[in-house]
Amino acid sequence: MKLAYWPGCVSRGFTPELHGAMAAVAPKLGLELVELDRANCCGAGFISEHNQELADTLNARTFALAQGVDGAAGMVNICSTCQGAQSECQERLDADAAYRAHINEHLEPEGLEYERGGAWWNKNLLWLLVEEIGLDALRERVVRPLEGLRVGPFYGCYIVRPTRRLGYELYPDRDKYLEWVIEACGAAPVKYAGSHKCCGFPIVTTNRETSLRQAGRHMADALDAGADCVVTPCPLCHLNLDLQQPESQAFVERDLGIPVLHLPQLIGLALGLDFKELGLHRHVVKTDEVQAKVAALAAA
Amino acid sequence: MPDYSLKIRRYNPESGQPAYWQQFEVDLPAERSVLDGILRAKYDQDGSLSIRCSCQAAICGSCGVRINGMSRLACNTKLGEAAEDAPNGAIVVEPMGNMPVLKDLIVDMDAVHWKKVQRVVPWLLPEGDPPDREYIVEPESMIDITQSMACIHCGACVSACLSMEVDPEFIGPAALAKAYRFVGDPRDAFTEDRLLDLAEDPHGIYDCTHCFACIEVCPKDVAPMNQIMRLRRRATSDYGIKDGNNGYGHEKAFSDLIEKYGLLSEAQLLPKSYGDGSLIRAQVKPAALKELTAKLPTVIRGLRSGKVSPKTALIHRKLKDQDQIRRMYKEVESHEDRLELNLYIVGDSDAEEEGTMAEGGQEG
Repeated sequence: MKLAYWPGCVSRGFTPELHGAMAAVAPKLGLELVELDRANCCGAGFISEHNQELADTLNARTFALAQGVDGAAGMVNICSTCQGAQSECQERLDADAAYRAHINEHLEPEGLEYERGGAWWNKNLLWLLVEEIGLDALRERVVRPLEGLRVGPFYGCYIVRPTRRLGYELYPDRDKYLEWVIEACGAAPVKYAGSHKCCGFPIVTTNRETSLRQAGRHMADALDAGADCVVTPCPLCHLNLDLQQPESQAFVERDLGIPVLHLPQLIGLALGLDFKELGLHRHVVKTDEVQAKVAALAAA
Repeated sequence: MPDYSLKIRRYNPESGQPAYWQQFEVDLPAERSVLDGILRAKYDQDGSLSIRCSCQAAICGSCGVRINGMSRLACNTKLGEAAEDAPNGAIVVEPMGNMPVLKDLIVDMDAVHWKKVQRVVPWLLPEGDPPDREYIVEPESMIDITQSMACIHCGACVSACLSMEVDPEFIGPAALAKAYRFVGDPRDAFTEDRLLDLAEDPHGIYDCTHCFACIEVCPKDVAPMNQIMRLRRRATSDYGIKDGNNGYGHEKAFSDLIEKYGLLSEAQLLPKSYGDGSLIRAQVKPAALKELTAKLPTVIRGLRSGKVSPKTALIHRKLKDQDQIRRMYKEVESHEDRLELNLYIVGDSDAEEEGTMAEGGQEG
């Protein structure tokens, strides 16, 4: 399947292991990714906070670039926040023809145009896995079922709310996909209170305490529920849950130390890719125990 | 008629006993409400079961509860629908979150919700002598605040708020949506003071974590988070309020970096945020320096883990077609009025033919 691929800013900045893992996993899933290397930041909600028309223009540009990729089935992203911020703009662009025409005028000098497309879509990797690739196809490609690995799902707000904007009418189970994918990888999904809550990242610079208390609390809940690790389709969540985990310990007054995997890393493990290729050494919270568990499976 | 199981959280502080779960079976058609189910259980099985309710038509906002974990109005939720999401076949009904429980499904709205609403001065503050007759406003200038006026104060958003869950002092979605109702009102004379107050409060507009929980649960489509974003937009873009919470700095740093580079670099975002959007100010402003020093361990850990390379930390990637982004910024930011498409007002259905673009109701 050929896809226009939007990796987002963070996967090429502070979470390079995510970008690498996706590159390693894609061919194994039969995906041909055409990276949108001229596309811009989605705005992560902050540009639309600043100026809605500007955010809509910037994302219309990205959509137009994606629509211009010959033979692509659609657009895929690997960031819940990109998905949510882009869906917000797409909702407005699709709702009103006059507004869309106005935004498209800003793209005209470069000959770009966003077309409201019946068949065109922009999907997070998680949605793509279930809806386009299919869990059966994923299961067939699993060479190393992650038996015994207990994984806590962490979705990221931007792909679970608001449901009306995010296509839940058509796909009502999108808030269960992460559990399904964990199962398809042979691992055991762990139920805990924080799986669909907020990591706190958007306010880490404006209210550090509120932010890191959220992150710390969810990781503590996952640990208490017996998770070996957490998996997330959102690199911004990853920043607060992994990079900031040593800091967030102070706010929940306990030791944490739970590894946080990116979605393509978990899939990569089940597809038999090696740890280094998946960037598992590039985490702040060491992934050694997860690696040891998976290595023991391979040996068994 | 089908049987529905309701698993209800009970608590009576006067009993000295802890809260407990009690299951009730009710025989009602699927289209009847969860509130009907609770009242049937109360009348037929246990008269001490307590819930606050009045209109039973989603107007009075009294019967907010959590149904299968979601904050909703009990009168506005059908038994049949609730049963579809019910874990193990029983519809779970709990009191709302983030507020103390008085008894069973009744929470203390005064202690949290109303106190926070009072916090934002929820009345009009016009200036000068009152006119002989009523205040006259252009209808168009009121459109923008109709969404926040639709609030029925049920508290569902307060119950669902994920910031309030960890910071009980957060002013919260309902009260801030109410604040926008007056900030956006052309008759009010204290717009800037209101914004300054809400921006400077450490538990004010910059304590909202963008989680969309309030938007998801609101039975009246008030979208409180969107109203909070409007408050931020007015505070930063219209009044240039440089708050002590870095809200202004973060927004400015973010949008400036995208204008300059097209992509985001976290390494530059942090220092710029603390310097009200300027790298130089970040180095001379004592508060900014303090904040930045506190972040050093995180940055060092990032570098040590190999997550962040010195290159990504120091050199900003720039988009190939950056001139396009700059032109777009210039084009959009050069018109006087900000263009906002509020789908609550214009609607999103089949607008394809007519095209109902509405200029946002805010002065630029």
